[in-house]
Amino acid sequence: MTAIDQTDVVIVGSGFGGSIPAYHLAAGGAKVTVLERGPWLAADDFEHDYLLGSSYTRAFDFVVGDGMSVLGGNCVGGGSVVYFAAMPRAPRFVFERHGSIGRRMWPQAISRDSLEPWYDRVDESLPVSTQDWSDVSYAGGLWAAACNHSGRTANPAPVAVDNKTCVNCNFMMAGCKFDAKRSMLTNYLPAALAHGAQIRPLHEVQRLERTEDGGYRVYFDLIDEEDYRVHTGSGVIEAKVVIIAAGAGATPVILQRSEAALGTMPHGVGRYFSGNGERLNTAIIDEDRVREVLGLSREDGPVYSANHIGKGPTVANWDKLDGSLPEYERYSLEQLYFPPGLGTILAQAPGGEEPRWYGAEKKEILKQWANWLTIFLMTEDDNEGVFGTPPPTGNAYRISQQMLGRGPLRYDPTPNTRHGWALADADCKAIIEKDGLAKVSPWTNDVVGAYTVHPLASCRIGDDEATSALHPNHELRNHPGIFVTDSASVPGALTVNPAMTIAALAERSIPGIVRELQSRGVDVKYGAPSPDGSITGRRAVSKLDLVAGN
Amino acid sequence: MQPEATEEERFKNMTLEAYADTIVPGEKRFPEDRAVAGAAPGPGSVAAGALDLLNFDATGVTAGLPYLAQSLNDHAKSYAGEVELELDHDVPPFVALPYAHRRELVNRLTTPGHPEKDGWVSLALFCNMAFDSAAHLHTAEAIRNGHPGLLALGYTAPDADGFWRFPKYGYGRKLAEIHPDTTPSGSPA
Repeated sequence: MTAIDQTDVVIVGSGFGGSIPAYHLAAGGAKVTVLERGPWLAADDFEHDYLLGSSYTRAFDFVVGDGMSVLGGNCVGGGSVVYFAAMPRAPRFVFERHGSIGRRMWPQAISRDSLEPWYDRVDESLPVSTQDWSDVSYAGGLWAAACNHSGRTANPAPVAVDNKTCVNCNFMMAGCKFDAKRSMLTNYLPAALAHGAQIRPLHEVQRLERTEDGGYRVYFDLIDEEDYRVHTGSGVIEAKVVIIAAGAGATPVILQRSEAALGTMPHGVGRYFSGNGERLNTAIIDEDRVREVLGLSREDGPVYSANHIGKGPTVANWDKLDGSLPEYERYSLEQLYFPPGLGTILAQAPGGEEPRWYGAEKKEILKQWANWLTIFLMTEDDNEGVFGTPPPTGNAYRISQQMLGRGPLRYDPTPNTRHGWALADADCKAIIEKDGLAKVSPWTNDVVGAYTVHPLASCRIGDDEATSALHPNHELRNHPGIFVTDSASVPGALTVNPAMTIAALAERSIPGIVRELQSRGVDVKYGAPSPDGSITGRRAVSKLDLVAGN
Repeated sequence: MQPEATEEERFKNMTLEAYADTIVPGEKRFPEDRAVAGAAPGPGSVAAGALDLLNFDATGVTAGLPYLAQSLNDHAKSYAGEVELELDHDVPPFVALPYAHRRELVNRLTTPGHPEKDGWVSLALFCNMAFDSAAHLHTAEAIRNGHPGLLALGYTAPDADGFWRFPKYGYGRKLAEIHPDTTPSGSPA
């Protein structure tokens, strides 16, 4: 009989939710093994290339569901490698939301105030920069000027980007060639490796089983490094504690598939999925009007024509992040770059006859692509997504060699969600079409359903066992020793980019996981500094009552 | 090669070209071009390499192409019967449809609720990608060689090492007041 690998902690996934515990637990003395289904890519591997098979497709996962499609990371570093690095903290009212359950959906123990020290830890660790106007791209500047022209405010967004190194290539979604983006590859993961954590790429976890001593046996397949449809082998590893951080599109699927061996899953597993209320609008900018109305011009000739220049989102409108407004009427409007290939097909030609996502009129707007300004709406949806029967492996039936698959998620937006979308669409239109600056149209939901780059809440944390999958300490209900630390744990839409909140929750989960490991006989301590050795954030959280508060 | 197989292949390719041309239409390549309907000026998806991309097996749709072409022609025949259109028999039925009718049929096939929607959307996705991102080619090389879609989008050439950098990237000045409830961390309160 072959000996089964043994470790203290298996972490499934290496994005924000996986890398942060990998570092803290390894630094605290635990034996940590990270299983990541995607490849291990670094700056040298990141290409500026849309060819199928380049880093652009290797690092991504695009899963089409019924009524919703999810774009996520698929590589060591997960979503942090493919994200646009916008790192706002969620507004205060978000933590008081009721959503679809009619009472506060977040645990009482978590509020903006109680999460601040954990946000501070992340802020210090990545680090996050507060941008000023000189960091803002043409697209962000244009959005700011349009907001100002409508009597609105606009904020340079806080980002995890080293602006001195950034070359504004706008290829950061395919991984940052210049390591200007502060992904997990530049902080938590190298620190975790330095403390002895093992990271195994191309290991796709399929299911868990309990061992006789109350630990877990984790079953994985080995994935071909070029063609992810091909599984080249399988294996198993045993751990005292398991952390699932496979992303909100995959975490519940692994748990659902484990139900036969582990017993009934909490009701919240694979339910209450939120697309963070996301929606994209494409504005086609009129250069002449922008010159005349806003007085903008570039040094090198054009007024704008800079869709391709920059670094993802740089400016957001936060005027509707107002806690006194009713739920579903609060949202942010953020300028965002979206590269061709993935998103271009969903942009609709403004005006004209339906459908407007293909055909001669659509081709006309493709020819104006450099003059597109993409606005990203993050609203409050109704947590209406549900995961159906899991596919045989992974979280989707893979279609393409990389990236494209068909998954079991169903999402039928409620009137609440549609109401929020309609208000945000109308507001966006009022700002960007004022005085003929542009023509704008929302992306169509008819092709691949609604669309999110920030899947959340498929395994959410909460006080109520009927509607949350996780205890307030991030542990899976009725399954001691399994923790969920990724975007799946976020209870609902945040009205802003969620990476900062996902990371703060992962930081918050660590003391509880350390205690669970200690109770299982592992000699591990809590209290490592930030990955670069900084200790300001550690001092802030050391003032918390970690036992009662966690 | 069997002559029948060649004819079958030709019919399949014409059908797929006509589908690609419905998604991103272009000008006819030659006066008698039937697959490309000539519904828009300038090169469209076909000239951008739609068939090359569809035959790139990394897409996962390549093996299904004969079935999709056959099915599309079956749908076209039924559609023509329904709207009482007389179709030429020297080209595949979908190719024989005028552009406006091809568009109407594709609209039906990709509408939410159609049982075959997934397949037609996948096909449309890759037809669009051939034009807007040349996913069958290295991007820098495609631009160098004058790929019509990337040029139409206004893609600029990269630096000599194959990477894009934009030393001038912004207006460099304050353009709005920030929200009064912004915290020192730059976040909403």
